[in-house]
Amino acid sequence: MSTETLSVGTGAIGDADIFAARQEFSGGLPDWFTTMQREHWTRFLESPDPTRLDETWRFSDLRPLSKIAGFVPTPFEKPDADDLIARSNTVKNPAGQLVFVDDNLAAARVMDAELEKKGVIFTTLFDALNNHGDLVREYFMKETPQLGSEKYEALHVALVRSGVFLYVPDGVEVDRPFVVYNWTQQEKGAVFPHTLFVSGKHSKSTLVEFQRAASTETEHLVISNAHVFSGDGSETNHRIIQDWNTKTLSFQLNTNNADRDTNAKSIIVNVGSSQARQEVHGKIFGSGSNVEMYSVNVPRKDQQFDQRTLQTHLAPHSRSDLLFKNALLDKSRTIFSGLIIVEEGAQQTDAYQTNNNLMLSGDAESNALPGLEIKANDVKCSHGATTGRIDESNLFYFLARGITRSKAHELIVFGFLEEVIEKFGDEALEDYVRGRLAEKSLA
Amino acid sequence: MATTPDINIERDQGNFHYDTTYEYDAGVGLNDQTIDYISKVKEEDEWVHDFRRKALKIFRDKPTPTHWASKDLENIHYDKIRYYLSKGQRPSRTWDEVPEEVKNTFERLGIPEKERAYLAGVEAQFDSEASYSNMKEELAKQGVIFVGSTEGLMKYPEIFRKWFGKVIPIGDNKFSALNSAVFSGGSFIYVPPGVKVKQPLQAYFRINAENFGQFERTLIIADEGAEVTYMEGCTAPKFETTTLHSAVVELVALKGAKIQYITVQNWSANVFNLVTKRGLAMEDAEVKWIDCNIGSRLTMKYPGVVMRGEGARGEVLSIALAHDGQHQDTGAKMVHAADKTASNIISKSISIGQGRSTYRGIVAMPKHLKGCKNNTECDALLINTNSRTDTYPAITVRGEQNTVQHEASVSKVSAEQIFYMMQRGLSEEQAMSLSVNGFVNDLIREFPMEYSVELKRLIDLEMEGSVG
Repeated sequence: MSTETLSVGTGAIGDADIFAARQEFSGGLPDWFTTMQREHWTRFLESPDPTRLDETWRFSDLRPLSKIAGFVPTPFEKPDADDLIARSNTVKNPAGQLVFVDDNLAAARVMDAELEKKGVIFTTLFDALNNHGDLVREYFMKETPQLGSEKYEALHVALVRSGVFLYVPDGVEVDRPFVVYNWTQQEKGAVFPHTLFVSGKHSKSTLVEFQRAASTETEHLVISNAHVFSGDGSETNHRIIQDWNTKTLSFQLNTNNADRDTNAKSIIVNVGSSQARQEVHGKIFGSGSNVEMYSVNVPRKDQQFDQRTLQTHLAPHSRSDLLFKNALLDKSRTIFSGLIIVEEGAQQTDAYQTNNNLMLSGDAESNALPGLEIKANDVKCSHGATTGRIDESNLFYFLARGITRSKAHELIVFGFLEEVIEKFGDEALEDYVRGRLAEKSLA
Repeated sequence: MATTPDINIERDQGNFHYDTTYEYDAGVGLNDQTIDYISKVKEEDEWVHDFRRKALKIFRDKPTPTHWASKDLENIHYDKIRYYLSKGQRPSRTWDEVPEEVKNTFERLGIPEKERAYLAGVEAQFDSEASYSNMKEELAKQGVIFVGSTEGLMKYPEIFRKWFGKVIPIGDNKFSALNSAVFSGGSFIYVPPGVKVKQPLQAYFRINAENFGQFERTLIIADEGAEVTYMEGCTAPKFETTTLHSAVVELVALKGAKIQYITVQNWSANVFNLVTKRGLAMEDAEVKWIDCNIGSRLTMKYPGVVMRGEGARGEVLSIALAHDGQHQDTGAKMVHAADKTASNIISKSISIGQGRSTYRGIVAMPKHLKGCKNNTECDALLINTNSRTDTYPAITVRGEQNTVQHEASVSKVSAEQIFYMMQRGLSEEQAMSLSVNGFVNDLIREFPMEYSVELKRLIDLEMEGSVG
């Protein structure tokens, strides 16, 4: 891992000419895109830093944000990372796979030829900008989470140069998942992965993202975005396994946009990062949809997971369900701030929001802010937040049957997390997630 | 039943107004002279005067909290409000000495003659000074002190000064600072160790002058093992311009003591009701807030309990009813600061027409505590298609030894229920009213009898015309 050879045009985010220098190297992109990047760079510079008084940053630890200026956007160069490519093998037979190391495409694109014929597009964002510019333009940054990280979203758009565009045309169903790996490698590197997932009417598809670091010792900044657009009658499954190393400051800013009669599901697993800020906005534009947002979080040591969610019902007769489960170890902290908004006229909405915190240490801290804003009366909305510990009577039951205390603990914790893990509906992936959680957090 | 955009119920019903002549008047607006004037008229000690001056500075320095609260706060014109009025009355001793006007007011409130004589220690606040104060002799014999705020600070500084401004510091929020600067009226109560006050102590508050803000200050101290229930009910005549009510209520329950504080708030729909209420519960003590908000334009009130001693308990039971043009922004604040403390919050709100009700809560178990429990339930009922409700709780828990659960739900009156009742001969409106009363029934039962009857009547009145 070499850190001494930085290409021309790279400096830290805080350097005055970093943006202009980066732009020179990303030539050949459509004008609308470079213009948008320029506007967002200005927006980034002009936006104030979040303060303690911002409701969207309530309980957040703002100190790490001051370090952002010191990170260096990774250079444009094909990485030498054969071992990382070899390790990008969790999903055995993907419909397509893209592997990025430090925002550069590292391995050749894998894509099922049959699907290519059906019109499925699965490629890098820049390739898509050059070859499917109009299609990308229709969706790129069309929706944003609006949950507080606007400044960092602007930084993401200004400096994005890597990413994934998945387009599944109307009526096409793909059972095997599309897979994306993002690896961080360079010390002090900043990466800006972008995911744009557009599913046509009555299509069906799954996208799985693995977020990993080459080493446990390097420091990174990651500001990633993922936007899913589920067309009428489509089923979309979006999974993120956030497994950056524990010296990473990460942002994940997502929107899940559902038209009519969709089944739009997302799961985020959080294992890594020193501080992970996540914003997920589920927007329900059409009737008859079912939008599910799940997350399983196992922070340990000094890790902080700061999650903000919104479920906005703009149309009647839809359902949304959110379940975030946290098992907190050591001195870790979690913040769950969720809001259900039922707009006027979105009658017959069914919206649920649940946050369960299992405290496994005397030093862990959980903050729950489950909110509702309801402007229509014929709705069923509820939220629940619980914070508790391992029930002594449960433990007794295990002990009485000869199971050791530590094994009993593990079983209870996994039982608690299982409710979300089993939503993957893919045994191999579920086993992988269970394995990562066990290895990383319960060891 | 689905749509009823316009609701016109007779809101003047129950309003009343009497001409009043004011002996002392601090004029309109707030400045250093206002504070000096109030202090001078009340013949306060220098330390109270300093307290007011310090508070005024903090009030000026603190921004209006519109980053989380309603922007409607910007419509309060502090320079158009009268901060002190008094008829210059000393608290009366017997019923005979109470002015006829005040008696008339009681008449209009519908308090039966017999009950009036029976009520223990009635502290009726007419504008900013307690105009009537009658304590049953036996209470006095037991050593219970029940006086106005000024009298409490002047006559019994050794009892009240220790806790005054300690449960709710001046700078707790902008409105507690305002109250600390200009407070007048309110009740100071001390219950000696082991004394259990049988009958609830009561106070009626009124606003009876245009542009007149009321800033009462209440401090209740229940000494070790003592028990007391305090009730305040508010009614107000309707005025054309906006009025501000900003009270501070501090409760101190020492070891093993119990304090129950009951409020029925029914200000007219032009009043800003911005109240800070907090209780301190020491070892094995209990503080219980029972709060019902029906009136006002904007109410912001989050009764709190700081559980400082092991085994302390805190409870907030809250009913809010928001009609067209009203925003009931209520909630609770539970701070667990000792082991084995338990708190319970039950909040029920009803939004009618374009009314908006908000629950805002804080539950904090900040340190390495053991065996703390909290239970929170918030239920909202929406009557019309354009009614609105919000819920914004914040729950912070540290450590693995505590249990917190929070649940909230939003619903409407089910069509099946209405159908069932109409089938049995009730009108739709009666059925709706019955459903709403059923929704809050288990909380209303917590109120003393005369209040629960009045509450039910008020809810029926508010429900009039809400279906159609």
